Amino acid sequence: MKFDVKTLETDALVIGGGTAGCFSALTIAEHSSLKVLIADKGHIKRSGCLAAGVNALNAYIGKGETPESFVEYVKRDSENVIREDLVYSIAKGLNDAAEKLEQLGLPFLKDESGSYVQRGKRSIKINGENIKPILAEALRKHENVSVLNYVNITEYLKKDGTVIGAAGFSLRENVFYIIYAKKVICATGGASGIYKPNNPTFSRHKMWYSPFNTGAGYAMGIRAGAEMTSFEMRFIALRCKDTIAPTGTIAQGIKAEQVNAKGEEYVSKYGKPTTYMRLYATVMENLKGNGPCFLKTEGISEETEKELFKAYLNMAPAQTLKWIERNIGPSKENVEIEGTEPYIVGGHTASGYWIDADRKTTLKNLYAVGDAAGGSPKKYVTGCLVEGEIAALSIIHETDDSKVSKLDSNEEKHLIQHVLHFFDNTDIKYSPPEIEQAMQKVMDEYAGGITTGYMYNKTKLKMAAVRIDELLKIAEDTKVHSLDDLLNLHETIDRLHVAKVLIQHLEARKETRWKCYQENCDYPNKDDENWLKYVNSVYKDGRVQIILRDLVGRDSRYEHTN
Amino acid sequence: MSIQIDKNKCIACQKCSNICPGNLIRIDQDQKAFIKCPQDCWGCTACLKECPSGAIKYFLGADIGGRGGSLFTQDHPNHIDWHFITKDSKNHKIQTKKDESNKY
Ligand SMILES: Cc1cc2nc3c(=O)[nH]c(=O)nc-3n(C[C@H](O)[C@H](O)[C@H](O)COP(=O)(O)OP(=O)(O)OC[C@H]3O[C@@H](n4cnc5c(N)ncnc54)[C@H](O)[C@@H]3O)c2cc1C
Ligand code: SF4
Ligand code: SF4
Repeated sequence: MKFDVKTLETDALVIGGGTAGCFSALTIAEHSSLKVLIADKGHIKRSGCLAAGVNALNAYIGKGETPESFVEYVKRDSENVIREDLVYSIAKGLNDAAEKLEQLGLPFLKDESGSYVQRGKRSIKINGENIKPILAEALRKHENVSVLNYVNITEYLKKDGTVIGAAGFSLRENVFYIIYAKKVICATGGASGIYKPNNPTFSRHKMWYSPFNTGAGYAMGIRAGAEMTSFEMRFIALRCKDTIAPTGTIAQGIKAEQVNAKGEEYVSKYGKPTTYMRLYATVMENLKGNGPCFLKTEGISEETEKELFKAYLNMAPAQTLKWIERNIGPSKENVEIEGTEPYIVGGHTASGYWIDADRKTTLKNLYAVGDAAGGSPKKYVTGCLVEGEIAALSIIHETDDSKVSKLDSNEEKHLIQHVLHFFDNTDIKYSPPEIEQAMQKVMDEYAGGITTGYMYNKTKLKMAAVRIDELLKIAEDTKVHSLDDLLNLHETIDRLHVAKVLIQHLEARKETRWKCYQENCDYPNKDDENWLKYVNSVYKDGRVQIILRDLVGRDSRYEHTN
Repeated sequence: MSIQIDKNKCIACQKCSNICPGNLIRIDQDQKAFIKCPQDCWGCTACLKECPSGAIKYFLGADIGGRGGSLFTQDHPNHIDWHFITKDSKNHKIQTKKDESNKY
């Protein structure tokens, strides 16, 4: 297959034009004349997590709360292992980010005094169906921003340990892109599809997290030797059964409690109702034979039901379709709930790039923001915006008019061959989707998927690690025939690299406190001394090296030193 | 869950193909849209809202409780009409206003 090579140059390259990436680009455009290029594998008008819309802004400092109390809440909910400094810097910017969204045109619910109406202590009500089109439109007005839609980025360009851009290929035509940049922002979101999903057959992509966020940004960083943090703190969502639609709308919105098959409220039997405890309690009730579990909605008014229909249309239309086509709405029948397969998502838990206060990664000139960046759980949409802004301001501050470094022509050739060599392979035994499903099966069975109630032990993890390495070898030798195949295979390899690192993180944290997210059954006891550490890793010479780091306090300004 | 595109209704504008976050919708020789791999659809409805002719229908797969019903949308400047067609042909419409926030 022949490819044209296009070489581009920009000041800032944003990889992934989702929530965080678009906001980084917008901030740079509004506050400087730097040239910004966004490359996205979809079209930024609807790409990423928020293609269908967003339900509520779930990170906000509500009445009576402060940035300090927000940090305390995230700390409590995550059993103390968070980057307090990062969470604090986000907390301080949340409300401005919400206001900015309103200025851009997002509708907010307001009370008589003009204040935003809260859905809980830290959440506000909006109509978020149009959030991505609004962000994309805001960018269109800036001449210094250009966008490459449907271009999949696969590798960073590196010179003397510094990131000098990234490379990828068009999903629409045979064009290979080499993009040189003074600063690069990784905003590719998190990773879905590592584990066997709830609906593994026809509706295999009816999952919570975007199936098109395949962990590419993590994988590129892993391969380039960037330090990663807290992959073992997986995120598992508690969702409406089958449609995998959010439960917060019902649980928080109309305060529906979780009940088991006998109609008993069950979460309080297990402990404080933290995010993971509500999930864990549901898993345990099912294991004990008390399932299925439900959100108790029976008896709500018809008017409330109608509003729920609309609220779900604005972010998870499958749920409304399900109610309507069965002609039984939530007022007549409780809503069944289940846990999803595990995801790696830095916007919900703490997994991702290890970053400093400016959101710089450990690779020079590379930043990470949003779901790609680690350390600060519960960022959600507004937190991702704040993080995008922090990185953007640092880039504006640090970019001078020096020249962009380049690879020499041999290095460029080698890179193109590295990304495209799959066309020249001969092995056709397994297709990329088959390799992906094999990975999902092994992760499900041996690395704590749905099948085992999310639990695992050392022996299982070892077996998973061996199989993931085998699958990586198979993938490397597999032949592709088309651009679709090429994308699928790169996505599979990226997911395999994420899985490889994840397994080592799961092994390294010898505890069970983050129920479901991280339950290493060889170590059922609490071990505070080792618990209060970050599990980080660097991939080097084919091996994942684990680094344990001390916790960083709220008021420190963290810089990479070693 | 996935989508189906009605070729007879498709006016070949290609808008759906230029919006799908997963690059799943392609154009055939008649310039009409089709979904390359229905199992890969996330069900985000971005393509439905983009389609000017109501040619794209959204349905729940049998594996997630689908009963043969479907959903299509008509996008208007200030609101979206969501049309539900159930198996027993009891049609149902819900309107969501773009400037109105969710109550929950
Ligand atoms: C279904 C769902 C519902 C949610 N609802 C809410 C809510 O109601 N309230 C709330 O506050 N938060 C919500 N969240 C969380 C919030 O949406 C995310 O934390 C946030 O959008 C993440 O932003 P991001 O920019 O990191 O990722 P995304 O917005 O997903 O952007 C990542 C981008 O990178 C692109 N990309 C990926 N790989 C590549 C590659 N290799 N090359 C080029 N581009 C690439 C993708 O196409 C995408 O555009 C929800 C999340 C999900 C998944
Ligand atoms: S519903 Fe979303 S994922 Fe499915 S084809 Fe349409 S745009 Fe693509
Ligand atoms: S948006 Fe509708 S009319 Fe336009 S190409 Fe797609 S299916 Fe056809």
